[in-house]
Amino acid sequence: MKLKSNIATSENGFIFNPATGDSFSGNGMAAKLLEAMKSGKTEDDIKQDILSRYEVSESQLNRDWDNWMLQLKEANLLEI
Amino acid sequence: MEKLPYEKPYIKKLQAGALNKFGSRTGVQPVKSIDGVSVKSLIENYGSPVFVLSEKQIRKNYRAAYRAFSTRYPKVQFAWSYKTNYLNAVCQIFHQEGSWAEVVSGFEYRKALGNGVPGNKIIFNGPGKSLNDLQLAIEHDSLIHIDHFDELNLLLTLSKNMANKPRVAIRINMDTGVYPLWDRFGFNYENGEAWSAVTKITGSGSLQLVGLHCHIGTYMLSADAYGIAANKLAELAVRCQTELNHKIEYLDLGGGFPSTNTLKGAYLPGNDTVPTVDDFAEVITSALLNFGFANDDLPLLILESGRVLIDDAGYLLGTVIANKRLANGKSAVIVDFGVNILFTSFWYEHQVSPANDFAAHTENTVIYGPLCMNIDVIRESINLPLLNPGDQVVVHKVGAYNMTQWMQFITLRPAVVLIDEKLRTHLIRKNETLEYTAEPELVPAHLNNNK
Repeated sequence: MKLKSNIATSENGFIFNPATGDSFSGNGMAAKLLEAMKSGKTEDDIKQDILSRYEVSESQLNRDWDNWMLQLKEANLLEI
Repeated sequence: MEKLPYEKPYIKKLQAGALNKFGSRTGVQPVKSIDGVSVKSLIENYGSPVFVLSEKQIRKNYRAAYRAFSTRYPKVQFAWSYKTNYLNAVCQIFHQEGSWAEVVSGFEYRKALGNGVPGNKIIFNGPGKSLNDLQLAIEHDSLIHIDHFDELNLLLTLSKNMANKPRVAIRINMDTGVYPLWDRFGFNYENGEAWSAVTKITGSGSLQLVGLHCHIGTYMLSADAYGIAANKLAELAVRCQTELNHKIEYLDLGGGFPSTNTLKGAYLPGNDTVPTVDDFAEVITSALLNFGFANDDLPLLILESGRVLIDDAGYLLGTVIANKRLANGKSAVIVDFGVNILFTSFWYEHQVSPANDFAAHTENTVIYGPLCMNIDVIRESINLPLLNPGDQVVVHKVGAYNMTQWMQFITLRPAVVLIDEKLRTHLIRKNETLEYTAEPELVPAHLNNNK
């Protein structure tokens, strides 16, 4: 689940992959998760942080996390 | 500390290239209520999925269509196309507004009688009338629209010794410049078949030829085709008068006017491409008024519109069951209504709106129904916000054909609710139950383990 090291992200959700030239825009939650992932936090830490600050159930967050990983994988942004 | 609002994380690939000249707005708006009744309460009270019909919109559509014709032509009559939606409550709205009934089977004919429509205000169309059906229609003095020579011969036999001559019309198919040409119903105009049917009926002395009928197609996107059809029917009516000294009382232009749904494969939405009822009215009435009938001797103009009068008065409310991501990364949503109850999703790209407020991000999504069948696709590609299981959605313009062509398959057919003009809701068809589907079944004794 590690983000590729060369991926550039901005705090408002813009993502750029210099290796492929692809760019993406993400919503606010995507920006938060990218920032946390870049800082090297573990999956559990990130989830705990979101649960404590946002109005979301643990089961919903777990489902969305799986979906989030699929999106990043499809976008070719994760280390293989 | 109050927690912050949450939304699902989502990224979208940015595409370089020309901008869409129509702008980037998705057009998705939440639809929280129908005629002022909240979607949430409708689903709570009647279950999910549920069909909802707006009486207000049905009456508005009917009145607008009637006005479009009656302000241009002095003698106009609509006949409600039963096959479009023959729920009794729906038929009664049209009959209250002054519509006759247009039926295409013995089943529909009996339904119209059951709805209290006088026999002489029932138009009996269709290629499959049985001997019993025809006898019933003759007894009730209905307008029988003959489809083929075998039916004509049967009617001639039936009417041989009758005191009152059955009232009939013939259905005529013709080239109106629209392809494919519908030539499977009725008698052909161009090759003279229609004229030979006319002479056979008038010469028989046992049937009254009172009208001429055509139904040139369905979801017609060209108003001009109706002008050609009206001209050809008028030409035949005048020929009856001049050559046979026989007056044709009415011309029935059938139905086929489109609703504003977007057809699959269409480049622009239906709202932008479909002619209005006024366009059709203008072409048809101009053709008749300019044909040369004496002013006090114009034939009655009958219209059998269905779809255009009810499609946009119908909604299907449903609930999201699950989200998933397909192998190629595309987002998919599974909802609790399938193509078995939304038959028109095979023809239309139905507009689907969320029933709740949502975050600004939308994603290209495929909407699947709940059936374990590969064909169960409601929309192959639609921009939708990120929906959660339990969220409710509204499918628009589903009033025509779905509540007649639906089938009990894998799931049961849902309830139908009518919202009246005073915003009261009425259950007009109960949802099906296991008992309902089992009722006509019989299990032979040697297979019955539940003795």
